[in-house]
Amino acid sequence: MNPNFYVVLAAILFAIGIVGFLVRKNALVVFMSVELMLNASNLLLVTFSRVHGTLDGQAASFFVMVVAAAEVVVGLSIIVMIYRSRQSANVDNENLLRY
Amino acid sequence: MTALLVPLVTGAAVAYWICGPIMVAAAVAMILSRKAVYSALYLALVMVNLAIIYASQDAPFLFVVQIIVYTGAVMMLFLFVVMLIGVDTRGTLVEKVKGHTVTSVIAGIGGFILLAIAIGRGLVGPAIGVEAANQTYGGNVQGLAALLFGRYVLAFEATSALLITAAVGAMVLANVERLTPKFDQTARAKARIEEYATKGVHPGPRPSSGVYARHNSITSPALLPDGSVSPDSVSAVLVQRSGLADAVALAAPAKEAFAALDVAQGEDEEEL
Repeated sequence: MNPNFYVVLAAILFAIGIVGFLVRKNALVVFMSVELMLNASNLLLVTFSRVHGTLDGQAASFFVMVVAAAEVVVGLSIIVMIYRSRQSANVDNENLLRY
Repeated sequence: MTALLVPLVTGAAVAYWICGPIMVAAAVAMILSRKAVYSALYLALVMVNLAIIYASQDAPFLFVVQIIVYTGAVMMLFLFVVMLIGVDTRGTLVEKVKGHTVTSVIAGIGGFILLAIAIGRGLVGPAIGVEAANQTYGGNVQGLAALLFGRYVLAFEATSALLITAAVGAMVLANVERLTPKFDQTARAKARIEEYATKGVHPGPRPSSGVYARHNSITSPALLPDGSVSPDSVSAVLVQRSGLADAVALAAPAKEAFAALDVAQGEDEEEL
């Protein structure tokens, strides 16, 4: 299987993640789009691991998964905290840091 | 003459052409679905299909970790949070910035072209394949372990520090500080006695509702020893709903019965 196909697939997923991140207003869906982008980059890491014939890419992918798990824990608790104080998960409403 | 058996379609190609379109469709559905729950489920679908593609690329360890960590842990965490906050938050389509959606889609297409070209240029020649690397230590998991606990052991230790920091951070963020002292049993008892001392409010439990010959519901008020009605014996809510029942009328049948008994007893005594 030509690795070009995987590059294209990962790029498509990453682009969809970009669009979702920019378009959606719900903080949770924005966060899911970030996860989608992380997954797309993971796919590339695995693909290039196969291209170069070493396992370093897979190890890097593993680290990305660990960091993503930690990021999700903290990010979701921040979203829950904001929701508690503002009663909203809409990213357009959050302007406390603006002034 | 030896016949070279070249497979027309490899397993990886089958996995790619089945899972790839599903992944793209699910990803598009994820950013289009109005409800956050559906988005989370579509993302889980993307992740499961991605795991299959990992398996087809000779990465069995990542295949399992992708399903356990991403689909199992991360997406279920997402679903929990959706259950907490996301259910009643409606997605609005009102654009704060004019032409936001169109610009975002153009940015996404531009990002796709940029990524595909830039990363595609990094590809040199056909894939070597990780079968040889997998076999060096006797398997994919063993090979990854040799890397994680060898060359990348410092990064591995750093991730452990990161994970414990994230766990503590989540606990700190999720903790709600109590602004007022808790109104516990001691404080409750003190307040009750204080009320008794200042306003003369009875500190004990209120009297129970009345029990009559034909009525014993909680809406019937009790009679005090002196024959007067005790308004405390019925919940204020019930009084507001249907008014205080007439306790004297409720007690009347019993009184009549006692009176009749008294009369009968008197007649018996007369006969004797």
